[in-house]
Amino acid sequence: MSGEVNVRSAIHFASAALALAALSFGAMQLALAADTPDPAADAKAFQKFFTDKFPKVKLDDFVNGPYSMNEDMHRQWEEKEQFPPYDFSLDLGKEMFSKPFKNGKSYADCFPNQGIGIRQNYPYFDEKEGKVVTLELALNRCREANGEAPFSYVKDDMAALTAYMAFTSRGKPFDIKIPNDPRALEAYQNGKRYFYTRRGQLNFSCASCHVQNPGERIRAEVLAPALGILNAMPIYRSEWGGMGTISRRFTTCNSQIRGVPLEPQSDEYRDLEFYLSYVSNGLPISGPGARP
Amino acid sequence: MKRNMLKSTLALTTGLLIAGAASAFAADSETDFKAAYAAAEAANKEAASLRNQWTTTAAALTAAKKAAESGNFDQAVAESKQAEALAKASIYQAESEKGAWKALEIH
Repeated sequence: MSGEVNVRSAIHFASAALALAALSFGAMQLALAADTPDPAADAKAFQKFFTDKFPKVKLDDFVNGPYSMNEDMHRQWEEKEQFPPYDFSLDLGKEMFSKPFKNGKSYADCFPNQGIGIRQNYPYFDEKEGKVVTLELALNRCREANGEAPFSYVKDDMAALTAYMAFTSRGKPFDIKIPNDPRALEAYQNGKRYFYTRRGQLNFSCASCHVQNPGERIRAEVLAPALGILNAMPIYRSEWGGMGTISRRFTTCNSQIRGVPLEPQSDEYRDLEFYLSYVSNGLPISGPGARP
Repeated sequence: MKRNMLKSTLALTTGLLIAGAASAFAADSETDFKAAYAAAEAANKEAASLRNQWTTTAAALTAAKKAAESGNFDQAVAESKQAEALAKASIYQAESEKGAWKALEIH
C-alpha cells in the first residue's frame, strides 16, 4: 500500500516537473522570438509609419526628402531639377568612370553588369568577409586592387562616381537582401540600434529628427523623413556648397548633435546604411539629388 | 645705518617669502591641472571605447591645455573639470542607451 502511494507521488511529481519545464521552455522561446529581429516586419511597419503620418505623400515621393513634405517645397524641387546643381558632378563621374586606370582596367571590371544600373543592390552583406559592403567602399577597394590611391569618402571624386552610378539606376527600386546568415542579421540589428540610439551632447538619435520630426523645421532646414533618405544619395547641398556622399551625411549628422563622428565606413556606419536601405526597399533610386 | 640694514634685510626676507609662496602656489596649481587633465582624459578615453565621445569634451580639453600653456592654471583646472564632467555624461548616455534606444523604435 505505502509502496503504491510512493510510486503515485513520484509519477505526480515527475509530471509536474515536466509541465513546469515545458512551460519555462515555451516562455524562453517567446522571449527569444521577441528579441529576434524580423527585418521584413520592420520594413513594413517603417513604411506604414510614414505613409500614415503623411497620407498625402505618395510612397515613391518620400525619396525626395524635404521636397516631398509640402506643395511649396515640391514646387521648389521641380524648379531646381530644371538646372540641377549636381550636373557638374554627374558629368565628372561619368568621365571618371569610363577612364581606365593606369593598368588598363576600369571600374567596370570590378562590378556586376559593368557597374551600370546596380546602385539599388548596395549595400550588400558579404558572407565571405562577414560584413556589410557599401558602394563607396567597393569603389575604393576597386581602386586599391588596381593600384590606385583611395578617394576621400566624403566628397568630390567619390561623390561624382556614386552620382553617376546612382544616375544609371534611377527609378530602380532599392533591393537590399539579408542573406540567411546570423552575422547579416546581427549587422542589420546593429544598424537599427545605431539609428535609434541617442548620442552627442544634444542627446539626439537619427530617429529624433528623421522619424519623430520630419517635415518640421530645425532652424531654417526642413527635416527629411528617414524613409527613402538614402535613395537620393549622393546629394548637392546648398548648406555644404557642394556634393556629399552617404559618409558625409552620417558624419555631419553626428557632429551637428555635438558627437564626435566615427571614421567614414566604420562598421557602425556600414551597418546603419544596411538598415536604412533595407527599410526603404521598394522605393526608387533617385540620386543624385539636391537639398537645401 | 643699522636701522637701514635692518630695513633691507626685512624687505629682502619679505620678498623672498612672497616669491617662495608664489612659486609653491604655481607648483600646486600645475599639479592640480595635471591631475584634473589626466582624469578628464581617462573619462574621455572610456567614452571613446563606447564609441560615444562628444565634441564639447574635446573642445574643453583643448581649452584646458591652452590655458595651462599660457600659465593660467586656475582656468586650466576649471576647463579640465568641465571636460571630465562632459565625458562622464557621455559615458552615462552610452550606458543608458544600451536599453533605452528600443523605446524609439517603430513597431
